[in-house]
Amino acid sequence: MERILEVKDLHVSFHTYAGEVQAVRGVNFHVNKGEAVAIVGESGCGKSVTSQTIMKLIPMPPGEIKKGQILFQGDDLVKKSNKEMESIRGKDIGMIFQDPMTSLNPTMTIGNQIMEGLIKHQNMSKAAAKTRAVELLEIVGIPQPDRRVNQYPHEFSGGMRQRAMIAISLACSPKLLIADEPTTALDVTIQAQILDLMKDLQKKMGTSIILITHDLGVVAEMCDRVVVMYAGKVIEEGTVDEIFYNPQHPYTKGLLRSVPRLDLDRDEPLTPIFGTPPDLLRPPVGCGFTARCENAMRVCQEIDPELNDVNGPSHRAACWLQHPLAQGRS
Amino acid sequence: MFRYLGKRILFMAISLFLIVTSTFFLMHAIPGGPFTSEKKVPEEIKKALEAKYGLDKPLFEQYTDYLVDVIQWDLGPSFTEKSSTVNDMINRGFPVSAHLGLQAIAIAVFGGITLGVIAALKHNKWQDYTGMIIAVLGLSVPSFILATFYQYVFSIELGWFPIAKWESFEYTVLPSLALAASPLAFIARLTRSNMIEVLGQDYIKTAKSKGLSSFVITVKHAIRNALLPVITYLGPLIANVLTGSFVIERIFGIPGLGREFVLSISNRDYTVIMGTTVFYSILLVVLVLLVDLAYTFVDPRIKLAGGGKE
Repeated sequence: MERILEVKDLHVSFHTYAGEVQAVRGVNFHVNKGEAVAIVGESGCGKSVTSQTIMKLIPMPPGEIKKGQILFQGDDLVKKSNKEMESIRGKDIGMIFQDPMTSLNPTMTIGNQIMEGLIKHQNMSKAAAKTRAVELLEIVGIPQPDRRVNQYPHEFSGGMRQRAMIAISLACSPKLLIADEPTTALDVTIQAQILDLMKDLQKKMGTSIILITHDLGVVAEMCDRVVVMYAGKVIEEGTVDEIFYNPQHPYTKGLLRSVPRLDLDRDEPLTPIFGTPPDLLRPPVGCGFTARCENAMRVCQEIDPELNDVNGPSHRAACWLQHPLAQGRS
Repeated sequence: MFRYLGKRILFMAISLFLIVTSTFFLMHAIPGGPFTSEKKVPEEIKKALEAKYGLDKPLFEQYTDYLVDVIQWDLGPSFTEKSSTVNDMINRGFPVSAHLGLQAIAIAVFGGITLGVIAALKHNKWQDYTGMIIAVLGLSVPSFILATFYQYVFSIELGWFPIAKWESFEYTVLPSLALAASPLAFIARLTRSNMIEVLGQDYIKTAKSKGLSSFVITVKHAIRNALLPVITYLGPLIANVLTGSFVIERIFGIPGLGREFVLSISNRDYTVIMGTTVFYSILLVVLVLLVDLAYTFVDPRIKLAGGGKE
């Protein structure tokens, strides 16, 4: 299968007054053409930084890409200049942000905000871009698009704004869409509508999607594969079925145990993962999850495990429990 | 819209009435009168003078008389400048002060916004520090020092501009620059802090994710959102600057209106005090209204007539 995006050994740090925060510490994953990949993990695990680094949207300084490659259709984005990135952003890679209330410019009409990218990347005339903007609003399910196109964001509801945001990000039919927690700021019924819309558009347009979320329900509904991140690293990846039915890393297992399920006994309490993630100003030498892991061994504190195949090449986990010597312990 | 304007104009009339009333009675509460400083005026002559100007009537009657005159835009004769009325003084001085003021405002607005935007874009770099040093100097150096400094450097040493008087365009350059310094500095600081805030907003990230260049992002997305507080400041600033500056007009020998404000008070020149105050107040309330109207063009979220929800 053709890989549209491949992130290799990506390290991103932020230089702050307190010191260097190693937000992303060697992330590897890939996205195939037409596939939806979820990146899950708790707040501060580096998932948003990873996604914004792909677009090179992190402020530099204080941010810095220390090491690694981001291969988009074979080209390394890390090496691209800002000017070169401008012709990729919006055209080849689109992005949807978390909060539709703040991610639209309040003093510009929705239409103009959609048209900007079209005029820049597709050399459209103003009139043609406007026609296309109306079409896009229609596609994302906004009623009366020819009237709505001239309205300002404050005249839209939250769900409508996120639909408009999707129209903006899909305006130039990008090959990859990065959705950074697109449903977190919306209420549940609207969440479902937005997810349906994204799924529908993915099918129609064949766009690959990276979905960043901490909502495992969203993952199950939308995605083909899952990448689980913890403390700036990928600790497990696999297909949705592999991750949900056969999780290998204790952190993934913990995540799944903390989600309510319809098929389990209702009297059984949910089990949270106790403790907090490590301080990335001074990241641990060994596995980042050691301090919170029930199965921690001495080796976990000293040597960081690598991602290894688990029953087949699509499912990989970074945990010493996968080591042949540890078999039978968990 | 028309209902809103009507309401606003009614409120403007009420505030002007209150200003006139309080100034009138405060002014008369100050000891002394317009003829106190004249030497040895015989009692009969003083009586005659007071009768001529109506100062012998009860205070309340003087007040109602003045109100009637003011509504007809008759501001009365000046007590100290016997040959001219207050209307004459304003007609003579205001065009000069307004000319100087408009030039100063143009410099302050363009210079201030440019400086502020550059400082914000180059946040924490040398351009930012330089811009803000200029701004702090502009705010903290008093205008009379700046004005004499300009006269020394540009007139005496370099000979580029005339040192004083008010005749042709060259004469207006130095006083305009001197008058613009402090509002320019203020606008620069205001613009910078608002720009920095706006540049950190999510919609700027959205604009970047569309692949727009930083120039387009600054001009189309950032500046407009950063300018609202600057517009708020512009109303009072324009009223203030247009009616002249005592210090600058004195130093450059400019026959403007600023002088009248200050001198009339020490002279107890009742009609001029009232006239200049009324004139300034009218200008101020009109400009505040214009600023409120200008908001609606800059920010679509603001609606007039109480129709807006936000």
